[in-house]
Amino acid sequence: MSDQERILKFQIFRYNPQKKGDKPRMVTYEVKEAVGMTIFIALNDIREQQDPSLQFDFVCRAGICGSCAMVVNGSPTLACRTMTSTFKDGLIKLLPLPGFELIGDLSVNTGKFMRAMSERVESWIHDRNADKVNFEKLEERMDPDVADEIYELERCVECGCCVSACATKRMRPDFLSAVGFMRLARFSLDPRDKRSDEDFYEIMGDDDGVFGCMTLLGCEDYCPKDLPHQTQIAYLRRKMVLVK
Amino acid sequence: MDDYIIESNQKKSRMPARLDFAQSGTGLILGLFMWVHMLLVGSIIFGKGSFNFVAKTMELAFLSDTGHGFPIAVFFAVFIVFTLFIIHALLGVRKFPISWKQHRILRDQMQMMNHSDTTLWYIQVVTGFLMFFAGSVHLYIMLTHPDIDPFISADRIISGNMWPLYLILLICVELHGTIGLYRLCMKWGWFAGKDAKKSRQTMKKMKNRATIFFLTIGILALLVFIVIGIKHRDRVGEKYNNHAAVVEQVQADEAIPVKEEIQALEEGQEKEAAHEPEAIQPSDVTKQYGVT
Repeated sequence: MSDQERILKFQIFRYNPQKKGDKPRMVTYEVKEAVGMTIFIALNDIREQQDPSLQFDFVCRAGICGSCAMVVNGSPTLACRTMTSTFKDGLIKLLPLPGFELIGDLSVNTGKFMRAMSERVESWIHDRNADKVNFEKLEERMDPDVADEIYELERCVECGCCVSACATKRMRPDFLSAVGFMRLARFSLDPRDKRSDEDFYEIMGDDDGVFGCMTLLGCEDYCPKDLPHQTQIAYLRRKMVLVK
Repeated sequence: MDDYIIESNQKKSRMPARLDFAQSGTGLILGLFMWVHMLLVGSIIFGKGSFNFVAKTMELAFLSDTGHGFPIAVFFAVFIVFTLFIIHALLGVRKFPISWKQHRILRDQMQMMNHSDTTLWYIQVVTGFLMFFAGSVHLYIMLTHPDIDPFISADRIISGNMWPLYLILLICVELHGTIGLYRLCMKWGWFAGKDAKKSRQTMKKMKNRATIFFLTIGILALLVFIVIGIKHRDRVGEKYNNHAAVVEQVQADEAIPVKEEIQALEEGQEKEAAHEPEAIQPSDVTKQYGVT
């Protein structure tokens, strides 16, 4: 058990843009490691015991809400799913996700970005005949395989790791990025969405869309939910390049 | 402004799609071409005869009655490759981190994540940039001198001081090409199979092996050319032989291993030097060659 009782060193990015005169800096905190400790638990420990001003986001502690994404020793990932025991030397460096508006310390405004993304890809079912739906009738059944496929892509929790792991997105701020492509792939699979390939082309058929993707595969490698980003972006690219 | 009004009222341009496809297409052709090119150039490792045979075949010598081939065939091939090269460069440069700010962000991101595929792309940017220059020089020389010959190539490398350029070009091409072909598979989802993540690992492994394989061939070939070039320094401009002897030549080459061949040639040179201090006739070399 001696392994479990080691002292962890957390180097944490501190900066509050709301506070006048505050400057970005790295602050070191020491935390006694506990059994099964995650970075999320350690951060709460720091906030409770050492520094109540430390800002970070969390809601579910179970890798479902996507709030606690941050850069842990260089990798964008979810703090609540990262065990401290995986860091052999006990050194853990935490940075806020790059590419998003900084709220303070480790907290970033992913919500603002995700909302804009949803509006940009029109993340809802498009059906011109939706007004003429006969509510007396049962909804048309979906093939279970198709439903499974859609569900697989819908596992996205909008944590923002794919956005931060994408050098393309960081260099070109208007780039749609993987979370948007995943959403588009999800709707293009959905038989209830009547949008044609031409319609989808209007959304992503340029260098800010799918043709801007340079296949650096950061999204694929850092997605905490292991979503098939590479396969889906390739699928959209093949589909879009054929649009007449 | 006119363009803006017209575009705003129209469907989104299909140009980005065409450009992306063209970039991949030219890259695919050039990448595969470079693999074949390397294998063909690598024939020098088996001797000047093999290289000469390959060169003459590329000049379509088997179609000509005299056996001299048509350097114009090489000219056209180079012309096509040069055109593709320029188009590919033009399309590729769109993706470069062109401003200082973009470059800084990219370096920053690479430092933060240490992510292999991002780094691979950066290697492609750097090698691509170097090839604008190194590749153009080589292609222009081949365009203006489409007559391929082992001695002329070796002379160019040593007496023409081209070896630093070819060394840079070799490293750039082999890195850029294999990374590019791997990225193409990822980009378009080729050979993904049932388990895309697993096939990616396999392809990455194959990519690394291909880089090592072609770099090894390239370096060996360059070394052989350097050795030939140094030995041939005092007879710059002399060609390997005329085609009439090629068939005989190839047979002789097949029979003698490389070392003995070089030895034989050296002996020949010594004899020549004794008789004629000045440049010898290509036909003389051929005769001696035929005898040995």
